[in-house]
Amino acid sequence: MAAIDAGRVAGSRDRWYNNPLIRSITIQIVLVVAVVAFVGWIYHNTTTNLHDRGIATGFGFLGQRSGFDISTFLPTTSDSTYGYMLLAGLLDTIVVSLLSIVIATILGLIVGISRLSSNWLIRTIATIYVEFFRNIPPLIVILFWYLAVIAALPNIRDAIQLGPEISLSNRGFFMPRPVLGPNFHIVLIAFVVSLVAAWLVRWWAYARRMRTGQGFPSGWTGLAIVVVITAGTFVATGDPLSFELPVKTRFNINGGWTISPEFATMFLSLGVYTASFIGEIVRSGIMAVSHGQTEAASAIGLRSGQVLRLVVLPQALRVIIPPLASEYLNITKNTSLALAVGFADLVAVGNNVLNPTGQSIEVVEIWMVFYLGLSIIISVLMNWFNARIALTER
Amino acid sequence: MSDMQSQDNLFFVRQEMVAESPPPVRVRGVWPWMRANLFGSVFDTILTIVGVVLGLLIIVPLAQWGIFGAIWDAPTRDTCAANPDVACWAFVKANMGQFIYGRYPDPERWRVNVFFLLMALTVIPLAIPSAPFKRFNLIAAIIIFPLVSSFLLVGGVLGLPEVDTQVWGGLFLTLVVSYVGMAASLPFGILLALGRRSKMPIVHYLCVAIIEICRGIPLITVLFMAGILLPLFLPTGVNFDKLLRALFGVSLFASCYMAEVVRGGLQAVPKGQYEGAKSLGLNYWTMTRLIILPQAITIVIPGIVNTFIGLFKDTSLVYIIAIFELLSTVRNSFTDPNWSTPSTPASGLTFAALVFWVFCFTMSRYSKFTEDRLRVGYKR
Repeated sequence: MAAIDAGRVAGSRDRWYNNPLIRSITIQIVLVVAVVAFVGWIYHNTTTNLHDRGIATGFGFLGQRSGFDISTFLPTTSDSTYGYMLLAGLLDTIVVSLLSIVIATILGLIVGISRLSSNWLIRTIATIYVEFFRNIPPLIVILFWYLAVIAALPNIRDAIQLGPEISLSNRGFFMPRPVLGPNFHIVLIAFVVSLVAAWLVRWWAYARRMRTGQGFPSGWTGLAIVVVITAGTFVATGDPLSFELPVKTRFNINGGWTISPEFATMFLSLGVYTASFIGEIVRSGIMAVSHGQTEAASAIGLRSGQVLRLVVLPQALRVIIPPLASEYLNITKNTSLALAVGFADLVAVGNNVLNPTGQSIEVVEIWMVFYLGLSIIISVLMNWFNARIALTER
Repeated sequence: MSDMQSQDNLFFVRQEMVAESPPPVRVRGVWPWMRANLFGSVFDTILTIVGVVLGLLIIVPLAQWGIFGAIWDAPTRDTCAANPDVACWAFVKANMGQFIYGRYPDPERWRVNVFFLLMALTVIPLAIPSAPFKRFNLIAAIIIFPLVSSFLLVGGVLGLPEVDTQVWGGLFLTLVVSYVGMAASLPFGILLALGRRSKMPIVHYLCVAIIEICRGIPLITVLFMAGILLPLFLPTGVNFDKLLRALFGVSLFASCYMAEVVRGGLQAVPKGQYEGAKSLGLNYWTMTRLIILPQAITIVIPGIVNTFIGLFKDTSLVYIIAIFELLSTVRNSFTDPNWSTPSTPASGLTFAALVFWVFCFTMSRYSKFTEDRLRVGYKR
């Protein structure tokens, strides 16, 4: 080594500024200084600007009376505080996201499986569905539902009657609201007890099958146990549940349970839109399962439904889960489009708060914290689920 | 040998012709195809019937609404108002100029047409794999074309009258916003991706933070920040154009998504390529520019195009800060008293959806095409 080094001519490579370590440290120090200076500059500008406009910083405004009212799932009045309003908006975002996720997943699964159907017509319909919805902005889907479909429904006077006291009109979907009686908690307890019993049966059946190899219809038995016990208690306690019927007044419907047009628009549009993406994810997941698996499953005598349920889907899930998680995140972020139809989600409420108070920085901070938090929660949940179903290799 | 000649005695040789067997079941033609693809089993048949009924229930009213019954030509809204159950294409026709150019002044619209032409001349050769001068084409697409267009469209030079960005709108503005987002997201996305893969911890974590924050929040909030917070962040008195603010927000957002796509490509380049480049004595930037990026970008072209599709669809959100791209121009025209009828929103939205669809579908086909083209090398 020493002999080789001795023969070398000291060149530009040996200068201190070409030393990788010194370089990397210098670059990073410069970067830190630049970032700090930039943030400091922005901070200085912002405080000056806010001071000039007479806007106080900080989250004190959250405790003030809002003075506006919006329809959300939490009951609100114009006396509610800004903080409470934002909380109501947050709840709306979560409810719409969850409902859209459920609809999109079910519809997406159907579409994805249909795209692989051996039936030409079903395959084609699914393909048209996917290619149509994947290539238009979600905002158009939302506006179309809101301005063209729901607005075209008849007005309340000639609402479409879907059943006794269930009606559909351009003011929303009206149905009776269940009112819990004083003894309802007994039914609830009975339901939980029956669930535990059903689970015990299932556990026993599994243990027996492991021991003796004999099967037992634990699913049907469990269902029977749950239905019989819950329904029995329901009848025995005597009228634990009554319904508050929607009452038609001259221009509106009061009471009962209402799904507002805005809410319906949001979850239907996002569900239908995202289903096209989930359909493609499901399709690619199923195609990733090797054909030998399907053939082997058929060879041991499983029917095509069983092949799909017991062999193909569990393996496809491993491929499906990661992109599915990011689709769920997209749904959550797309709920912010609610602003366009006036559904009071977190962004729409934040916009309402931002205008009178001028607290734009704080509101944007709240948005960012909430959406980032929700992203992290969904990622963690999906990672956990992914780890659970991951292939256990020898 | 001669014994064998008396064939009459050979019991295993057939004495008379076999009866003709029926021809094999046809495997080609309409009926066999239908049996294989539509009526394979009882369940299949039920599915087919359900599909036909469903299709008819949707297609027949849709065709009646949009084609056969639709009002294609009408001088005023009266005809449309009298037939609220069919599409009013006359409304779209009457507002077409606005949908394409926004409120860009009539005598200056040729400038927008030149912009469309230049865009086609830059983008189409870039998309054709065998077209020559790729490197120059890319530079033209990212630097020269945006610069030339900004002078052309804003004006104020070479005797062109100045056109305020406030009057820009329609499909033209949608293309401007998405093009700027695309052109900016490539270089910045590559830089962010390289930063994220850097071994310097501060560079790495800074890039991770930028990318993850942008990807974690909805575009609407990014646009709010660009529209409302940006003026607060700048020194008092410094104020810049609303459109520029929107472009800033969209570019930032697109760059973060692009960074993740490019990172996928960087990870897919085999390690030997890095090692080989280093052993040749190339430094980091030379290695990245000559060896790594050409391979990484080629691998992820489908992903890049998919990001472009997402970006193109997302431009519909810039209406949040009062910028009137195609969709919001269409929405604004709903309240136009000359054309406002019950069927106007559905017709206008269908038109907007078709325009978006044509662009996005073209891009998605292109993405599929490159995917297939790139896969050739891996085919066995």
